[in-house]
Amino acid sequence: MIKDKFSRSPVSQQPHIIKTDDKGGIGSIVEVEINGRKIQVQMGTTILEACKQNNIHIPTLCYHEDLCLAGLCRICVVEIEGMRTLQASCTYPITNRMKILTSSEKVRKARRHILDLLLSEHYGECYVCHRNGNCELQALAKEYGVDGFRFGHITERRHKVDRSSYSVIRDMDKCVLCKRCVRTCIDLQEVGVLEATHRGYDTTISTFYDKPLADVICINCGQCINRCPTAALRANDPSDEIWEAIDNPQKHVVIQTAPSPRASIGEEFGLPAGTSMTKQLNTALRWIGFDRVFDTNFTADLTIMEEGTELLNRLKSKLVDGDTNIKLPQFTSCSPGWVKYIEHFYPDYLDYLSSCKSPQQMFGALIKTFYAQEHNIAPEDIVTVALMPCSAKKFECNRPEMNSSGFKDVDYGLTTREMAQMIKEAGINLPDLEGSTFDEPFGDASGAGLIFGATGGVMEAALRTVYEIVTGREVPFKNLEITPCRGFEGVRQASVRLEGTLPEWKFLEGIDLNFMIAHGTANAKKVMEALARGELENIHFVEIMACPGGCIGGGGQPIPTSPEIRKKRAEAIYSEDRNLEVRKSHKNPHIKYIYDKFLIDGPCGHISHKLLHTHYVKRGKFIA
Amino acid sequence: MPIMNDTIQFNVGEHRLALEKALKMAPQDIVMEIRDAGLKGRGGAGFPTGTKWLLALSAVAEKKFVVCNADEGEPGTFKDRVLLDEYTNLVIDGMVIGGYAIQANEGILYLRGEYKYLLSKLEKFLKEKRENNQLGNNILGSGFDFDIKIRLGSGAYVCGEETALIESLEGHRGEARNRPPFPVNTGFMGYPTIVNNVETFASAAIIISKGADWFRKIGISKSYGTKLVSISGDCKKPGVYEVPFGISIRDLLKMVEAEDAKAVQVGGASGQCVPESQFDRKISFEDLSTGGSVMIFNKSRDMLHILRNFMEFFVEESCGQCSPCRIGNKKLLEGVELIEHGKCSYTYLNELLELGKSMQLASKCGLGQSSPNPFISILTNFENEVFSTR
Repeated sequence: MIKDKFSRSPVSQQPHIIKTDDKGGIGSIVEVEINGRKIQVQMGTTILEACKQNNIHIPTLCYHEDLCLAGLCRICVVEIEGMRTLQASCTYPITNRMKILTSSEKVRKARRHILDLLLSEHYGECYVCHRNGNCELQALAKEYGVDGFRFGHITERRHKVDRSSYSVIRDMDKCVLCKRCVRTCIDLQEVGVLEATHRGYDTTISTFYDKPLADVICINCGQCINRCPTAALRANDPSDEIWEAIDNPQKHVVIQTAPSPRASIGEEFGLPAGTSMTKQLNTALRWIGFDRVFDTNFTADLTIMEEGTELLNRLKSKLVDGDTNIKLPQFTSCSPGWVKYIEHFYPDYLDYLSSCKSPQQMFGALIKTFYAQEHNIAPEDIVTVALMPCSAKKFECNRPEMNSSGFKDVDYGLTTREMAQMIKEAGINLPDLEGSTFDEPFGDASGAGLIFGATGGVMEAALRTVYEIVTGREVPFKNLEITPCRGFEGVRQASVRLEGTLPEWKFLEGIDLNFMIAHGTANAKKVMEALARGELENIHFVEIMACPGGCIGGGGQPIPTSPEIRKKRAEAIYSEDRNLEVRKSHKNPHIKYIYDKFLIDGPCGHISHKLLHTHYVKRGKFIA
Repeated sequence: MPIMNDTIQFNVGEHRLALEKALKMAPQDIVMEIRDAGLKGRGGAGFPTGTKWLLALSAVAEKKFVVCNADEGEPGTFKDRVLLDEYTNLVIDGMVIGGYAIQANEGILYLRGEYKYLLSKLEKFLKEKRENNQLGNNILGSGFDFDIKIRLGSGAYVCGEETALIESLEGHRGEARNRPPFPVNTGFMGYPTIVNNVETFASAAIIISKGADWFRKIGISKSYGTKLVSISGDCKKPGVYEVPFGISIRDLLKMVEAEDAKAVQVGGASGQCVPESQFDRKISFEDLSTGGSVMIFNKSRDMLHILRNFMEFFVEESCGQCSPCRIGNKKLLEGVELIEHGKCSYTYLNELLELGKSMQLASKCGLGQSSPNPFISILTNFENEVFSTR
């Protein structure tokens, strides 16, 4: 940095000129001094990043690994020698030699002042808070030994709690205005429901015209919840109603558990990310008092049968019958956040969506029909709970069309966090438990259903089955691991050539089955825009998950979340799949059983259409 | 209302030839001329204009922008209004010269929302300039294209901060950006952009017209040239004055016939409150820096009341983005209210003064970094008055 010899302006406002000896551009190495230690970092690294790499802790609040930089809470300020003001370490890139102090007197005082200011405006008491014990503001207060409110503490509510949404509750009195939710909604998900309104001290995070969340174009993905440092955003918790049902001897309470919560719930009990708790969880749920514990993967397998058949039907209608009304590519429909996204943002493209219900809703419909009949239980006495990694599932089960059993198919959607809370409340330490299996008649499912939890999983599961139906052979990938489906790239595209087809599927001989995978609605938007431009003519099947990483990164998953954590959760799911005996949906014996006994006219038949398929609503962006 | 005694720079010689002269020079020579003149930003921050232009000139990009910051929002400042109204040509020529110097083809004049009444006049003036080939394509046959459009602000004080101004221009909330990167590299729509005050552009035109050496003879060392100050408050002759840098507060007061002054607020709400004992201090970048605002208070004024007024202003005008500024100003205002009611202990006052220092250090932009200034300077310089009367 050059200091202009005439200038008295703050050095922070002076231009950076990289000296010749530092030159080499981004990627070259710069030596900086942090707290007296000489450290080499790549040019362009932020001070925060450099400190992390060298185990120097800097507190943060508005910073989040998944989000663009904001630099607005100012808690991460550091002192740079020669500069008049302190700099936010999360946003300040190292481009030249500098001496940095991360805990000087000025820094400590400023951080403490900022913390005291934030606490003075933060309504409520920690022990009556959902995030007690997992709150970043609380953690900072502990870190800085706060033992009083130096600048007072507000005692009156200023905002009404918005409980309008089935999925997300907003309590703006807990908000610290870090804008992580805003950046999540606008940048990460490109939905844009939340934004700061008003100015200065009156600034608040709000919706369009401050309408209730239920009335705006929120897709319920809950990604904002996962990134909220406090309890300003939380999921709509139904556990009181569930306890009530469990305590009621008249009610037969069954629960289905999705694979993603099982791969992550251990985190709520202090286990490292990526520890699978499937079997232990079964035991815990029985101890809590659920009458039956079922595996959502069963209906994930069923989804593959239905959705795979639907795809083959579409291909046949288009290629053989030349039906121009058939829409391809077919889009998956198991992510309720994605479904609501397309309903709001691309309402003219709903015909591209598979008509299959999500596994959660398929299960609900089967429990109150097939299961109720087989076990002679009145469906009105059955309460179905779904343990999901998802906040949008709460909205989904409350959709008015989701009652094909004649009753509300799924009564409650429960998140991983809420389940952990119930288990703790029951006095159970999950990791201590012996494992147990799932209940009949649905039993243990296939590995194909299991991998639904990670982005690309539905595609991989579908290919394992579709390829085999068409060719009679296993999909040509080692260990059935269709690697192009895996990974975390935002939009992925690949293809499998269909060769040696069975006589019935001769029209597919030699065709490349082209598929795409996207996760996070920002990536979904890219795919939809490409579709709108007519660039997806050759694509046959598209998997979209609303949440970054797929269900393992869902809005109901343990907090915190980060790319690293999501990767570990996905690994847990893939390794569980690897060790299963049955890894293809159509080989699941329980699936064969249900098509033999109940869904007797087969996949996409009359009965399955009534129970397992649905329709969508052209919502658009017009707000009531 | 014209500038009073505008005879030092603004009304001497034929500045109308500045543009023609500039277009015959090489861009880097203009930048060096401005740099040699030692011109510093007239908006208040005092960043060397030549350095800013040099960085923008050396930035490689397909497009560059010149932005004139006419969002004159600092309380007590009204000199840009006069420049825009009566010295329009100087300002516009300054922008074209700036554009030529950094090789930009587009200029934007960000006009304060409250100055909307000037809009039609300015548009008419730009039209005339286009007709006279002093704006538009191939200006004065030089082969250089440059045009200016006017954009209106919506009344937010923070949009006078250059990065917030750019955000506002792009259609976003007026909130300061992180820096680096600086606007000279990543400005309007991501392109290299110079944002300069109205008076800076006018001064640049004067420098090109009269030369750097002539300019450097005015003022004092390190603060060259003259400054337009808008003087208001308890005096007989308020108005906009052109004064050389280095003039003392005492001389200023004499000039505007202010008797009985006990305090002068230099630099607007975010500036310094100077007590009588310090009236020999000078207007300059090194001592009392001002964007133009000078407010005079006589002995009948209640300093705490004045402070309250300033703090209410900042609570309202903070953009609300960063925590020190958003909440800190509110706490300082509440502190003033406590003092008013005789309920502020010295311990708590010291706590607030410390908070003010942290705000100066840790706020994201110049607004929060300077908003504690009146709190600290008034309660330090007028402690006896404030506490003895309560």
